[in-house]
This record gives sequence, structure tokens and C-alpha cells, in this order.
Amino acid sequence: MNVSDSFKDPELCKKLLDQLHQELDSPLRFMEVCGTHTVAIFQSGLRPLLPKEIVHLSGPGCPVCVTHESEVAAFLDLAGKDDVILATFGDLMRVPGPKGRNLKLAQAEGARIEIVYSPLDALALATKNPNDTVVFLGVGFETTAPTIAATIQMAKQQNIKNFKVLSFHKMVPPALKVLLEDPDCSIDAFLLPGHVSTILGMEPYHFVAENYNTPGVITGFDPVDILESLLIMVEQRKMGKASIVNQYKRAVSDSGNARAREVMFSVFEIAEAQWRGVGTIPDSGLIIRNEYEEFDAVKELDITLTEVPQTPGCKCGEVLKGKMQPSDCPLFAKGCTPAKPVGPCMVSTEGSCAAYFKYQVTA
Amino acid sequence: MSETTLLLDHGSGGMASNRLIGDLFFKHFGNPILNEMNDAALLNISGPITMSTDSYTVDPIFFPGGNIGTLAIHGTVNDVAMLGAKPLYLSCGFILEEGLAMSTLEEIVIAMAEAAREANVQIVTGDTKVVPRGCVDKVFINTTGIGELIIPQATSGAHAKPGDAVLVSGTMGDHGLTVLSNREGLNFATDVRSDSAPLNHMVKALIEEIGDISVLRDPTRGGLATTLNEIAGQSNVTINLEENAVPVRESVRNGCSFLGLDPFYLANEGKLICILPQEKAEAALNLMRSMKYGEEATQVGTVLDPENSPGKAGQVVLETPLGGHRLLNMLEGEQLPRIC
Repeated sequence: MNVSDSFKDPELCKKLLDQLHQELDSPLRFMEVCGTHTVAIFQSGLRPLLPKEIVHLSGPGCPVCVTHESEVAAFLDLAGKDDVILATFGDLMRVPGPKGRNLKLAQAEGARIEIVYSPLDALALATKNPNDTVVFLGVGFETTAPTIAATIQMAKQQNIKNFKVLSFHKMVPPALKVLLEDPDCSIDAFLLPGHVSTILGMEPYHFVAENYNTPGVITGFDPVDILESLLIMVEQRKMGKASIVNQYKRAVSDSGNARAREVMFSVFEIAEAQWRGVGTIPDSGLIIRNEYEEFDAVKELDITLTEVPQTPGCKCGEVLKGKMQPSDCPLFAKGCTPAKPVGPCMVSTEGSCAAYFKYQVTA
Repeated sequence: MSETTLLLDHGSGGMASNRLIGDLFFKHFGNPILNEMNDAALLNISGPITMSTDSYTVDPIFFPGGNIGTLAIHGTVNDVAMLGAKPLYLSCGFILEEGLAMSTLEEIVIAMAEAAREANVQIVTGDTKVVPRGCVDKVFINTTGIGELIIPQATSGAHAKPGDAVLVSGTMGDHGLTVLSNREGLNFATDVRSDSAPLNHMVKALIEEIGDISVLRDPTRGGLATTLNEIAGQSNVTINLEENAVPVRESVRNGCSFLGLDPFYLANEGKLICILPQEKAEAALNLMRSMKYGEEATQVGTVLDPENSPGKAGQVVLETPLGGHRLLNMLEGEQLPRIC
């Protein structure tokens, strides 16, 4: 058995589940704030095996899902321009914008859109098409922001002037603060994101435990990881203390990746950002610094975010804040399906509504 | 052929067309029916026949384990066979892009001739069009096949019954990941190979030596998950799939994990799903394992009565290694790689 398989070991999972059943003395509402956790919990079949008193909430941890309506409208507008090639990660292709339009439709109507696997591919695209402007859609959290920052630095070094980034990056810790400040959220503990934490380390989460007395566990993506973290949460509550624990030590250093943060903050600076369903959160976004403004699509292509009316009936906000389970939204599986999504939560592979629709067995 | 580059003239119906047909297509595909050179092929078949058509537009046109030509033969041969038939004849239509290297076309045609020989089918009629640069991507191929039914009642996706065993003839996802990982712009080094292969000989052996087969399907586009959903829907049953039992190569699993893809939704071009009564499963598996293209055959699930299953009629329920259940749904469209 290799290391990765040992974290999926059914025997070990059974032992941990038994232990969890024994240790749990009162209901526990935990929230994950990472789309990969959402999917991992469903995909492994763990969800129906957890004690009934454990309530699993999916938070604002899928970067596609928290992309604001006005941001979606902005990149859809950009897709209509003659001399622009959009480069994007695949997830954004089906995200619905105003009037249900999306990038797939724009592409079918002639917009030039390339799915890339790395921002470096977008830079190569710019070199290959010197007469066009290649705009990379910078949607993501702290996980992807450093590589995009490094790509912008490379564009500057190589003097590739037709490469731009539309930075709608967001940061996870400020969103946690919003949830903790909201009296209706009632979250007992956080399953903290594995990927984002490889960059951040533990430090940015300490306020969760210190100021709000809420445990937080940085967790890997296999069932053993998730069960171990749930046990840590239960133990902390029993002992009446809250702290931040790094369960995912095989991938996450306690201090994160300082070099990646240095690159990220040398290109980006912190600004307020709009989150779908949540609203404006101060100091939660990353915009391009003046030093690199020639690569900033917002400035170079004169993009302004316009007010986009919210879709009536869509409860994305309540779902993302853990106030409502996706299947309790009045539109779920009726007005909103993967074929006709109202919000990105139903279309992103890591969206909570999509995960419920795709995986939940109802007899 | 002496010419090195395909011109619009080669599709004009004149001398250049005749040279292309004679020196390339007849040379490699030739057989008594095709060689008649009439407007249509004259065929002698009695009894029920099965027929299927498919158009092939893969990018890239060459990939480890095959090319667009082998795919065009295997894909249609397999579709014709899956109803319980012996494929006999194929038609073959090419739409070619002006400027295509003649050596590229010849390599494809030679591979098709070899694939047809292995499947024991004849290409009896064909068509060639050459269109201006940019109107197609190098080469598109359509093949239509017909075969004679070799069982009393054709197998059908609607015939799965509670208690039946669900078998697959080998590993899942090889073709889909191979094509994706060889696409331009994706620098992704793996040792994956397409499984493109003819399955008609396996189908014939299953029918003649095992019998009583409810469903035969090849899980091509949409993969195992999509095909099983179709069968569950057509047959109005629930299919229970055991996640751990589904064979997936390590390299495919790793590649999928890297790209954020699920191998259960990736295309296969040389694998079949066989659904038959549980008591026949072992014999069917032994037979498949004794044949080329079936060495890794295994049982992956069972057909359940929706009343006595975790799911509803028409659903595929996946039993995870932990013993939990989740739906294995059909996808809305193609799988898209994720952000993080």
C-alpha cells in the first residue's frame, strides 16, 4: 500500500468512524471552505456514514462559485471583443452570466476562448498571437494567485505586452471572518482548505480560534484525513478549547510557502472584493499593483464592474454561508439544474449544489 | 502515390480523383465488391441485419495505440456487433483538408485496411471530398457498418434484469486520457495508450459459447458512467457499481487526478460492458480473459430491483471502498479541468 492509499484505507476509516460515533456527545456543525473537500466528502461516500448528529456545511470555498455576477458579466463582455483572446481554466466555461449567457455560448458564436491548464500556457498564447490581446481570467484563491503573479513577472521580464490578467482573485481568511461575525451562521468548527494552506500556512487562521473560540483543522482530501480532522474538532470541543491544527502535514508546512507569498504580494495588493451571495468583503481581493499595471486588464481594457441584478429565487448566498443546504433551495433540481444552472454553484465541478445534484442518493 | 500533397483537384471527380482512388483506396481496401467500381455495392444478406454509422473527428489524428482511421473501423465494427451481430461490410467517407500530406493520408488508410482485416470486415463502398484549407481539421471520416444478427433476439440496453451481473472486458478510461494528454498545448507526459480494438470476435464467442446475454454495450463517449446510466434508464432498473472493482490503470488514475477528471466518464474504444445472469458471469469472464482484448475482464456490479436498492429506477449507485453510497450521474457535457 502506498502513502496515498493508506489515507483511503477502508479498515482505518471504519475504526475512525467508530471512534467518532463514541466520542461525539452533542451535535457538531462543521463547514468546509474548499470545493475539493466538498467533492471529496461526497465522492468517497463518507457523507451517509457520518453520525447523524454531524452536520456538514459547504462554505464559500469554490472560487468559481464566489465569482460575483458583475465579474461574470465583465468577462462575458470581454469575450465579445474582436482583438481579444480569452484564456481561462476550464471551470469558468459554463458559469452563467446575465440572461443565462456563458463562455461556451460566446465561443460557439465566435469568441476566441482557449482553455488552459496553467497561466504559462496563456503567456505562450500571447507570444503566438502578437496582434491580439490575450486576457487570462484570474479567478481563484491563494492557491493559484502565486503562479499567476509569477507569470505576470515573466511577461514583464520578456516584455510581452499583449498579455493581460483580469484579476478577480479572492482570499479565504477574510471570508471566514464574515461567517464568524454573522450570528445566523452558527458554525462549530472549520475544515480548513488543504491547497490554499500550502501557501498560507497556519498563521492567517489563528484569529478563528483566538477571537471566535472556533476550532479549525487544515485537512487533506482523503477520507482518513477528513475523519481525523472531525475527531480533532470533537476532542477540542470536549476539552473546551479551540485551536488551529495542521492535520495535512504531509503537504502543508506550518509556515506555508513564504516564497510563493512573496511573489504573490510583489505583484498583487490587497483590496476589497465582491463575493457572489456574500457581498463586498473588505481586504479580501487581490488586484494588480501599479508597478505591473501594463498587465492589468481592468486598467488597460478599461473594464468597469456594473451592477447586475441578482437572480430572483437563487439562494446561493444562504448556501455559501451554510445557512441552507443546497437541496432546500426552492430552485434546486427544478429551476436550477446542471443543464440550466441559475448560479455557478450548480455548474462548477466543485460547487456545493452541483455536488448535491450529482452525488446525493435519494431513494 | 507519387503526389505529396492533397489538392482540391483530388476531390474534383477528374483524373486526380481517379488516381487518389486507384493508387490509395483501392490499393489498400480492395476486395471483389469494392473492385466492381459501381455507384453502389451489391450485397447478399438474408435475415435480420444491424446497421450503425459514426463520424470521426478526433484531435490529434495520431495518438499512442491508434489513429483516426483505426478508430473509424473499430468504432463502427463494435457498434454493429453490440446488438449481437457479426459485422460484415463497411462504407467509408472521407472529408479531407486541402494541403494534407499524402503520406499522412496513406498512413491512415493502411492502418484502416489492417484494422478491417483483423475485424474480418470488408470496405465495400466509399466517398472522398476535399475541402479548402480551414473548412475541416485535416481529416474527418464517416463509416457505416452492417452485420448479420447471430442470436435469436438482439441484445438491447433495455434487457438488463434484476440479479444480472455487470461485467467489463478491461480497464476504463485509457482512450479518453490518451487523446486528452496528447492534445496540443497540454504538456503532459504519461505512458497511457488508447485501447482502440475490434470487439466483434469477443461478442461472437460470448454469444455462441455462453449465451443468454441481456446487454452488450461499448462504453465510448461518456465512458462507463454514462453508458450504465443509459442502460439503467432503458431497462428501468438500478445498477449497483462497486468502485473498487472497476479496473483503472495506475497511469490513467494518476493522469485523471492531475487534470481533475473522472476515469469513469472517459471514453473507451476497445472495451465492452456485458450484462448477463449472475450464474453465467464466471464462465463469461473466463472466456473473455482467454481472448485478446479481454485479459483484464472483471465483474464490476450488479443489476438491482429499484424497490430493493439504495437508489431509484434509472439510477447508477456507486458503492465506495468505505461502504458508502453515492450517485454516479450522467454529466451535462464534456469534463472540464478544474481551477485548483
